[in-house]
Amino acid sequence: MTAQLEYPGVQDSDALLSIEGLWKVFGPKAQRVPRRPDLAALDRAALYHQTGCTAAVRDLSFDVAPGEVFVVMGLSGSGKSTLVRCLTRLIEPTAGSLIFEGEDLRAADEKRLRTLRRSKFSMVFQHFGLLPHRKVIDNVSYGLEIRGESKPDRRRRAQEVIDLVGLAGNEHLYPEQLSGGMQQRVGLARALANDPDVLLFDEPFSALDPLIRREMQTEVVRLHREVGKTMVFITHDLSEALKLGDRILLMRDGAAVQLGTGDELVGAPADDYVREFVRDVQRADVLTLRWICREPRPDEPLDGPELGPDVLVREATRLVLEADRPVKVVAGGQLLGVIGDEEILAVVADTN
Amino acid sequence: MAAITSDMEIEVRRPRRSVVVGVLLLVWVAAYFVLRGVNTLVLGGQETTGFHDWLTEHRDDVGQGNAFFDAIRIAVDHFVVLLQDVISQPSFDRPVPVIGWLGVVAVSAYLAWAFGNWKVAVLTAAGLGFVGLQGLWQESMDTLALTIAAVLLSLLVAIPLGIWAGLSDRAYKVATLVLDLMQTLPTFVYLAPLTLFFAIGPAAATIATLIYAAPPAVRLTAHAIRSVPPESVEAARSLGSTRGQTLTKVLLPMSRSTVVVGINQTIMAALSMVTVAALIDAPGLGQTVLKALQTLDVGVAFNAGLAIVVLAIVLDRVTTAAGDRPWRTASIRRKVLLGAGAVGVLVAIWFSRTYVWAAEFPSSPNVGSRIAVVTSDVTTWVQDVFGGFTYGVRDAVTNGLLNPLEALLTGSPWWLVTAVVVALAAVLGGWRGALPAAVCLLLLVATGVWHDSMITLASTVLATVVVVAVGLVLGVWAGRNHRVDTWIRPVLDAGQTMPPFVYLVPFLALFGTSRFTAIAAAVVFAVPVTTKIVADGIKAVPVATVEAANSVGSSTWQVISKVQLPVARRAITLAVNQGLIYVLSMVVVGGLVGAGALGYGVAAGFAQSELYGKGLAAGLAIVLLGVLLDRVTQAAARRTGQFKGRGEKR
Amino acid sequence: MKKLRYAGVLTAVALALAGCGGEKVGAETPATTGGKECGTFNLTVSPWVGYEANAAVVAYVATKDLGCKVVKKNLKEEIAWQGFGTGEVDVNLENWGHEDLKKKYIEQEQVAVEAGSTGVKGVIGWYVPPWMAQTYPDITDWKNLNKYAALFKTSESSGKGQLLDGDPSYVTNDEALVKNLSLNYKVVQSGSETALIQAFRDAEKNKKPLLAYFYQPQWFFNEMNLVKINLPPYKAGCDAVPAKIACDYPPYDLDKIVSKKFADSGSPAYTLVKNFQWTNEDQNDVARMIAVDKLTPDQAAEKWVKDNESKVNAWLGK
Ligand SMILES: Nc1ncnc2c1ncn2[C@@H]1O[C@H](COP(=O)(O)OP(=O)(O)O)[C@@H](O)[C@H]1O
Ligand SMILES: [Mg+2]
Repeated sequence: MTAQLEYPGVQDSDALLSIEGLWKVFGPKAQRVPRRPDLAALDRAALYHQTGCTAAVRDLSFDVAPGEVFVVMGLSGSGKSTLVRCLTRLIEPTAGSLIFEGEDLRAADEKRLRTLRRSKFSMVFQHFGLLPHRKVIDNVSYGLEIRGESKPDRRRRAQEVIDLVGLAGNEHLYPEQLSGGMQQRVGLARALANDPDVLLFDEPFSALDPLIRREMQTEVVRLHREVGKTMVFITHDLSEALKLGDRILLMRDGAAVQLGTGDELVGAPADDYVREFVRDVQRADVLTLRWICREPRPDEPLDGPELGPDVLVREATRLVLEADRPVKVVAGGQLLGVIGDEEILAVVADTN
Repeated sequence: MAAITSDMEIEVRRPRRSVVVGVLLLVWVAAYFVLRGVNTLVLGGQETTGFHDWLTEHRDDVGQGNAFFDAIRIAVDHFVVLLQDVISQPSFDRPVPVIGWLGVVAVSAYLAWAFGNWKVAVLTAAGLGFVGLQGLWQESMDTLALTIAAVLLSLLVAIPLGIWAGLSDRAYKVATLVLDLMQTLPTFVYLAPLTLFFAIGPAAATIATLIYAAPPAVRLTAHAIRSVPPESVEAARSLGSTRGQTLTKVLLPMSRSTVVVGINQTIMAALSMVTVAALIDAPGLGQTVLKALQTLDVGVAFNAGLAIVVLAIVLDRVTTAAGDRPWRTASIRRKVLLGAGAVGVLVAIWFSRTYVWAAEFPSSPNVGSRIAVVTSDVTTWVQDVFGGFTYGVRDAVTNGLLNPLEALLTGSPWWLVTAVVVALAAVLGGWRGALPAAVCLLLLVATGVWHDSMITLASTVLATVVVVAVGLVLGVWAGRNHRVDTWIRPVLDAGQTMPPFVYLVPFLALFGTSRFTAIAAAVVFAVPVTTKIVADGIKAVPVATVEAANSVGSSTWQVISKVQLPVARRAITLAVNQGLIYVLSMVVVGGLVGAGALGYGVAAGFAQSELYGKGLAAGLAIVLLGVLLDRVTQAAARRTGQFKGRGEKR
Repeated sequence: MKKLRYAGVLTAVALALAGCGGEKVGAETPATTGGKECGTFNLTVSPWVGYEANAAVVAYVATKDLGCKVVKKNLKEEIAWQGFGTGEVDVNLENWGHEDLKKKYIEQEQVAVEAGSTGVKGVIGWYVPPWMAQTYPDITDWKNLNKYAALFKTSESSGKGQLLDGDPSYVTNDEALVKNLSLNYKVVQSGSETALIQAFRDAEKNKKPLLAYFYQPQWFFNEMNLVKINLPPYKAGCDAVPAKIACDYPPYDLDKIVSKKFADSGSPAYTLVKNFQWTNEDQNDVARMIAVDKLTPDQAAEKWVKDNESKVNAWLGK
């Protein structure tokens, strides 16, 4: 989890995927909603009452950097699925721009879109979306098949990804013969098979048992390390978001509430909604020393042990409690602050 | 004082719906006694209106000698004749068909095995053997040839239409409407004009069957396509599938088992047309039934009807097995066995082409005549034993229920009936009920057969109520008890596919010529489908839900009334709708046993050229009654339901 | 279940072995049909047994003596008439009136022509079962019908006497008759011949009153001698205005209709059809053999032809 601060400072120029003012409105005459400020300002219930429309995604802007795991989080119905589908125009956005590798996706025609979907994007679905009439290997090679690759080629490639996701030996079974976790591995393998640049996950593990879910999360972390793909990962599970996400976008009723790293969300919630959201988090597992260090008091000795700002509170607990003087938080030779027993205990003992 | 006001407010704000309905009915009855006999729009048997005459005059305007219809006719004729040559009629200068009985049995059993399983293969062989032993081999093969042709052509039309309706919401809406009309429009109405389009012969019979049999396939294909999990479709699209690829690689394969259900229902519908199509010279078992009916030979008619039932059950079980086959492909062993079986089939075909014993079904142990004799005896016995009692029942029901209802409907002025029914529809179903009701009733007035329509409406309402009541009881019973289900299914299948013509004679003997007889026949015909749908709905209630109800100590009755029936509400609405359609499709048959009114009008229009227009109007009136009752019940069900009709698309 | 499969295979093999030895197909090829000069003609078969008797005998003679190929088509009358126009029907062997259709297809469209009487006389009227005629001898006079109206009350007749009408194929004058003769009866549509016959059977067996529309010749008269009610006698022209009819049905001379094409073809079959004539008794004989003795039409025809060679020869012009 030390990767957290290694994400590149996101600039428009080197963003892989850049979203600007994105709207998706369902309902009659949806286009007018983003255009008319009076309508755009309405909340969900009022909008529905007045126009019969639902704004599933409202005015979102963010960039996704190459190699990043970008997590979108929110309660059910907050528009996550709609958002992720808008990214490849599986759902046609109502307004806004989508720039991928400098190309305007909203201007792309059907054919170009298909080409992109065949080679650049892949998606993993909550309920797997497998084809029950095809064996595992044929499910995995589906994407290769429709782009016209020869049978031996797609067999070989499919076998590779099947091995990669740990499905070896199950190639000739049908999806219904597999457990949920295994089925989602098939979904994962299918997404990886056409070697995309961006992987989109729509709550891929929500339907799985907790144990399996944790295993699969670890699997994703491993894959990310091995293949280094950019990922947009949807979840409603905060711990999952914190575990996987380099950055997290928290949504509510289609709009962005806060965008930041996990410890930013926990350490500096933008509003009460976010605060409520992150309340039950084991803060010690998320917060780093950066968030809890304080100015040294004048009378304090400054010769205690040194730690970096990105060390998790949990990892530092023992050292701080054992030391008989405040621990210094130092970055690049610069003293950021110190941490004493009470700061550590305030976080660790935090039960609310 | 304050308390009283608030009480009253509550009363005024929400008058119970049943109270409003009761008041409306009372007002109607009161008004009936005052206005009885005014504006009742009676039209005598041989009388016609200008509209009817206009229809009669324009009957022959349709495409006689039209090159397009000719081309269709020739193609269909050839197709049917080819099938007949292969399995039923002497052909190609040989005294026997291309494939004799042994070959047909072998091929059928083999196909049943290949597409289904070995059990249905045995059933197929046994079933075909049985109709052979009944002495009806050739007739059965003629029926089979015609059925195969009609079903294949139906699917050729229905599956593309179904796909279209599955993919497009608008097409789906239009299709549902048109299909409802196609299924309620009495066959008799288009039978004669069809012979004008397509001449007398196999083509007209096949196409008449097609019109009646295609709707279920369209409906279920559309339903299947729409029920494919959206995620699978999205997955395919997200990988860059074209529309064609999504259709052929995802939607169609995943719809397979539901489409097979549609095919199954199409086959059943086609078989139920066998007797009607015989009226325009369709060959096969229908002819046997009609001939036997001319001399009231119940035994022979039943024997032929039984053959139809047997064919229906075989085809039903085979298609069901084919639909239920898992995705898994054949094991090596099965492949080897299939190969060996194929060789066996070829040998059997060769035999059936070479040796007389394998070509012509042996006539010696003729079970058919035995069945006929036993049936006649049983029928006579039943008539003798129950005859008096059944007349009593008839008179009680007719005088106690039917006559008052009919008097109310036929004796009230048309505008009073219209006003009351529209008001009832509004109370029960809101504007969604009231609007179609108003339109249908006004169109009924326009057809010129208002009075007959009201007579038929009375019988239809009564029959439908009985059908729904019986169907609910049987369906709940079968849905909750597996053993009952297994026993009741074949009986239901028989009730559904046995041509009604077969049981008309015993019914006439038991109940005489009366509206009650027609109602009884309609009930027998419609109860099976209602029961089946209810049973399936009850079975589909999640086990957990029932367990939850049991766990809080509900009695059986509470489980049924508070859990299973409400949860199966969808299925029950469908059951009511189908029960209604089946009852209406028996209106014409009812006309043949004394129901008079619209059914008789349609039959007379078919038989007498000068009444053609009136018959057609009567047919349209039946459709209008169907739409009226269907829309009102649907709207009422939607209103009663706790769930908002969001998923209505499905 | 594995065993079952093997058993199946074994039976097949056994069958195969046993089968090699039967008589071969085509060993005794039947004489090929169709004398050249006669050719094929399409014969409609209307749905009543009397008609079937006509069809059986004519088809038998045409096939056996003239070598024609006869294609029988089971059709309702209306559709058979339509068939003259489309060329699907060549011969109708028993036509009951149908002046309107004659006008349309013979006069206007000129696709059909009359081919003379069948010699069979059709009688339409109101009938009661035999027991009633015995118990109430005066019931056969229409003037007494009102006296007995109460007897004929049923659940369908709204308090009046019930007059049961028949098959929708026939144009009946019964509603007009009831009205114009001031009878206290209601016409109830039975809807089919089957229903009528069943009603008579029931009435006779259980001694129930029944008054119904019926007609002769009909095979059912072999089973039961229905008694006709005497309505005011028919006089030419008394049925000119349908709504004013107050007299009995006219006697029908049942006739034959053929397509124009067939009449002009010069086929010997046309001559046969034209000459075909017999009596009510003849038709009843054959009809009984079909309906009661359960012979196939062909067997019945063969039997009758053997006993009536002179008549047949007359038809053939021998
Ligand atoms: N096809 C649609 N038509 C109308 N409303 C929709 C549609 N799809 C989603 N919505 C609405 O948009 C909102 C967001 O839905 P969704 O993106 O599925 O949320 P999430 O994935 O966060 O649970 C919900 O209120 C949902 O009802
Ligand atoms: Mg979602």
